[in-house]
Amino acid sequence: MIRDPLPQQHCADALMRDPGCYRSDVKPVWCPGCGDYSVLSALVNALSALQLPPEEVALISGIGCSSRIPTYLSVYGFHGVHGRALPLATGLKLARPDLTVLVAGGDGDGFSIGGNHFLHACRRNVDMTYIIMDNEVYGMTKGQASPTTAPDWRGSELTPAGTGLTPFQPLILALATGANFVARCFSGDPANLADILVEAIRHPGFSVVQILSPCPTFRPEQRQWKNQVRAIPESAATDFRSAARFLMEDDGLSVGRILYRGGRKPFMLSQSRHSDIGDLEVEFAL
Amino acid sequence: MEGAGSSVSIALAGSGGAGAISVATMLVDAAGMAQWYALMTRSVGAQIRGGETAALLRFSTEPVAAHGDDVQVLLAFDWQNLDRYAAEIPLSVGSLVIGDQEQGAVPEAIVASGARHIELPLKQLAKAVPGGRPNMVGMGIVAGLIGLPLEPLNSVLEKFLADKGDKVLAASRQAMHAGYEAAAALGQEYRLLPGHRLPSGRRWSITGNQATGLGAIRGGIRFVAAYPITPATEVLEWLAGALPKVGGALVQVEDELAAINQVIGASYGGTPSLTATAGPGLSLMIESLGLAVASETPVVVVDIMRGGPSTGIPAKSEQADLNIAIHGLHGDAPHLVLAPNTVADCLFTTQWATHLSETLQAPAVVLSDQSLGQTKAVLDMPAGIVFPTRREVASAPAADQKYLRYADTPSGISPMAIPGTRGCQYTADGLEHDPSGAPSSRAEDHLTQLNKRARKLDTYDYGDHWADLEGEGDMAILTWGSSTGAAREAARRWREEGGKVRVLSIRLLLPVQPERFQRALAGVSRVLVVEQSHGAQFYRYLRAYYDLPQQTRVLHQPGPLPFRPRQICEQLPGWRTT
Repeated sequence: MIRDPLPQQHCADALMRDPGCYRSDVKPVWCPGCGDYSVLSALVNALSALQLPPEEVALISGIGCSSRIPTYLSVYGFHGVHGRALPLATGLKLARPDLTVLVAGGDGDGFSIGGNHFLHACRRNVDMTYIIMDNEVYGMTKGQASPTTAPDWRGSELTPAGTGLTPFQPLILALATGANFVARCFSGDPANLADILVEAIRHPGFSVVQILSPCPTFRPEQRQWKNQVRAIPESAATDFRSAARFLMEDDGLSVGRILYRGGRKPFMLSQSRHSDIGDLEVEFAL
Repeated sequence: MEGAGSSVSIALAGSGGAGAISVATMLVDAAGMAQWYALMTRSVGAQIRGGETAALLRFSTEPVAAHGDDVQVLLAFDWQNLDRYAAEIPLSVGSLVIGDQEQGAVPEAIVASGARHIELPLKQLAKAVPGGRPNMVGMGIVAGLIGLPLEPLNSVLEKFLADKGDKVLAASRQAMHAGYEAAAALGQEYRLLPGHRLPSGRRWSITGNQATGLGAIRGGIRFVAAYPITPATEVLEWLAGALPKVGGALVQVEDELAAINQVIGASYGGTPSLTATAGPGLSLMIESLGLAVASETPVVVVDIMRGGPSTGIPAKSEQADLNIAIHGLHGDAPHLVLAPNTVADCLFTTQWATHLSETLQAPAVVLSDQSLGQTKAVLDMPAGIVFPTRREVASAPAADQKYLRYADTPSGISPMAIPGTRGCQYTADGLEHDPSGAPSSRAEDHLTQLNKRARKLDTYDYGDHWADLEGEGDMAILTWGSSTGAAREAARRWREEGGKVRVLSIRLLLPVQPERFQRALAGVSRVLVVEQSHGAQFYRYLRAYYDLPQQTRVLHQPGPLPFRPRQICEQLPGWRTT
């Protein structure tokens, strides 16, 4: 598997970058029918819509099926360790505020092993976009319950009686911890997803996009999502309160809209050089 | 041997609020201004406020890197909880104990030492001055005992109390003078000889943790992710203030997992980055250190070691994280491990570690410890060494060239593209990968990358900085880190008595340097290994990687008690070639 050796010439020119300019030629490891293919395609469409130079975009991930995504794009990428995509991306964005930083991963990576980072990324509000491909299962390890799995799902030998645990509600937590851009989408509607990703990337601050992305291999029943999802009503997305109230009562299958967009200032570090190292040493001299 | 005149060791003890540490801090600076050298270590209890506190001071006409054998003067503001740290204040028959009758009888542990004991009414003397405090009286007593001139004392008071107002300053000065006069009756026996006169500014007063921070900045570190942990927090706090002044930044993060990953991310973006922690934090960071190895991302992790395992003894020193630093990573994961061996060397070693990490695109672990980090020392201004540190960076490839991030180069170092560089987009990966960075589980790619990552560290020329060697003879003390100070002092005494001994203190612990080691120990038939760990970790490390003579002994003890030079000296005389 060799990456696209030579980016096509037009990809260097603003306004000329088609979605192909953002794709590498590495073949995804995903199963046929995996929702992540649509997310990949929506993401490159969004980047093309924004006409961002590929070398000025970085896509950071942890571990899991969906976390394989950076290799499939021709932007800069980092495929790190399980659960730590958000801090890695945060460090990159703080050190390099000029880059467009995207973070991608699954529900296990982001809400279980990486749960603490999710809460604090929402609090910190660094200008990056977090794309969560939620299939309510650990796919890469062959089908175990994740934090978003229903308590009575008995499809895994690891939890033969189901987990019995209340599913994690990422968007409620995102709101509660200060996230300023919260959306839920469905991979089965890539056009809508691409539109929302464009908005999320444009949003100054931390943006959370939860995407229902079915796993036909370990959760074949999710094939029905396309018949079950419904549009988030406009009334849910008027302000913070309506979004929170809506999410508290929703079954998780309402999609296709930005639920909340706030105006909190993104977190940045001030880096203004005004001394020489020698000036730092004065405090030690006797 | 240690004698009155060129060196004196003094302990100040009291409950947390007594102000022993602040007085000791001022005495250290005043001693430096009086052309002496000094060091001060702290022994504090676990209480957040108001626990037991002792400041262990040593003043000397020559540079000092370790405490002496005994404490010659113990001045106690009170006797609360003394049993908790009595073992850290070694007294002998020749020692002088100064207490205040008002604080009750001298504890049995102190009486048992046979030390001479006198009472001085510290509290009363302080009360005689409106606003006076006993600790300032104590400061005066110590200053008077060692013959510290009043002029530097007054200037440190002015500096330290600058924002407290004139009233406080005047009261403090007066209380200090009262102590100074009271000391006159105690004799001349603890007076220090004059030191070498150096121009103003040529002596520094600095802690090991500050020196670590400064070394990081000198090495080029401009991004730090921080999670507080004792005894590393001061490194981070100092950097938080200093970094923005030189165009860098520090961010406090949610945990150590975030800290290590933020620095990996920042470094991937092209900014030399560091985090500092202690054993528990290092344990959490280990998985991601492996990511830095595999993705070839330079990062520096400073571990200010403390007593372990688990939470252990957080505020006290031990050299017991060697094993995890060397062996903690899963897989075959070549990386750098370095250790400073003096307070001043915290600066150099951190700077060098940054240079090596950036040059070799590999993570570096710097093993300092509480006793170096929280020691405040007066030392000669460290030399400003400049390394030609530059990460090898890729530029945009020619039209017919494809950029290979993990190209299998002869040196093993592959030019690293910094995001923003057109035409070099790649994915850094913890998955094994081919030279382009694309994931690969092929045997051939795995072997190529393993070889490359090992080769870049193994073939690099680390030069003479890998260890400090002093002395000659067929006997050698092998040591590392903070144990080096006591080992050097023991060796000096041995030489003063006509003996010969080498001291080899290893700074670069990984990658190992067997050829240099062999050269350093050529002709040595007896080795004494000195380290502060219960499990003899350093000795086992040496056994694993180096050839040691048959006659090798190990002097190893756990923290928190530091080595006293006498303990090492005792190992030397009876040791004859068979």
